[in-house]
Amino acid sequence: MDSVRSDRNGASSRIPVALKILIAGGFGAGKTTMVGSVSEIRPLQTEEILTGVEGADRVDGVESKTTTTVTMDFGRITITEDLQLYLFGTPGQDRFWFLWDELSQGALGAVVLADTRRLADCFPSIDYFEQRGTPFVVAVNCFEAEQRFASDAVGRALDLDPGVPVVLFDAREPLGARNVLIELVEYVARRQLASAGSR
Amino acid sequence: MPADPPRIAHDWLDHDAGPVVRPYAVTQGRVAPTGGAIDMMAFVVATTTESRPGARLQPEHHAIVAAAWEPIPVVELASTLDLSVGVVRVLLGDLRSAGLISMYEPPAASRPHDVDVLKAVVNGLRAL
Repeated sequence: MDSVRSDRNGASSRIPVALKILIAGGFGAGKTTMVGSVSEIRPLQTEEILTGVEGADRVDGVESKTTTTVTMDFGRITITEDLQLYLFGTPGQDRFWFLWDELSQGALGAVVLADTRRLADCFPSIDYFEQRGTPFVVAVNCFEAEQRFASDAVGRALDLDPGVPVVLFDAREPLGARNVLIELVEYVARRQLASAGSR
Repeated sequence: MPADPPRIAHDWLDHDAGPVVRPYAVTQGRVAPTGGAIDMMAFVVATTTESRPGARLQPEHHAIVAAAWEPIPVVELASTLDLSVGVVRVLLGDLRSAGLISMYEPPAASRPHDVDVLKAVVNGLRAL
């Protein structure tokens, strides 16, 4: 019995590091495709308790709460046994913004997917991450090798801060999505080193 | 006979919002875990395989303990057991109170990510 216990303690002493990356962007920008192309994609149910929604609070003193369930795309990339990357395809609709607060807490960074035919769809995501100070890269999903704009033109159109990477890619290709993630992590590392150097 | 409570129409509970279910039935209506908040990226490890007498556990509790034989993050538990994250949190709170699991919270959100870890991630992604 004792030996079993000590074995278990030995096994549980190594807790892996799990990093969170958010995949954001407007509806149909390729979030699900991107998560699925680099990782084994699975649905994750999450829900929020809606309080203070108009009409939800009853006046008879009984607190009434309503929950809404949101299913989002979720995938894992195992880097090593002790290092795992989790991708979360953030629900795009504005009304699910409340879910983003927890998702972005402690996140390594975010990928904002942009569709050049509907560039404005990704403005809310960019605003959100800029306000929160979450590092992000903009990935322009080039459907069918359609490349309407150069990446610097997209960066200018989005009025991005200097240094924010803009990558052109195809969300359906595993290497394309992988390269976007590499770009993001390298960008986060550069930011980290720069802020450490300026201290 | 009690009258049905008036149905509240939410214009954001539609098809896009997914099924409107009662996920908290399994927690007996409790929506917050006992013993404080649980991060969705926290790791869970079962500390014992024996259930304690007196601990009133449901099949979902047992399923969590079985799945947490190796360290597993909260989001993985939710996805694997097909329970919502909030429900898993409440059940984890019960198991934590009963001393059946240990929780390992991720590093504080304010702490920057270690550059060596980031390099390892880049190398790992390149090798994919």
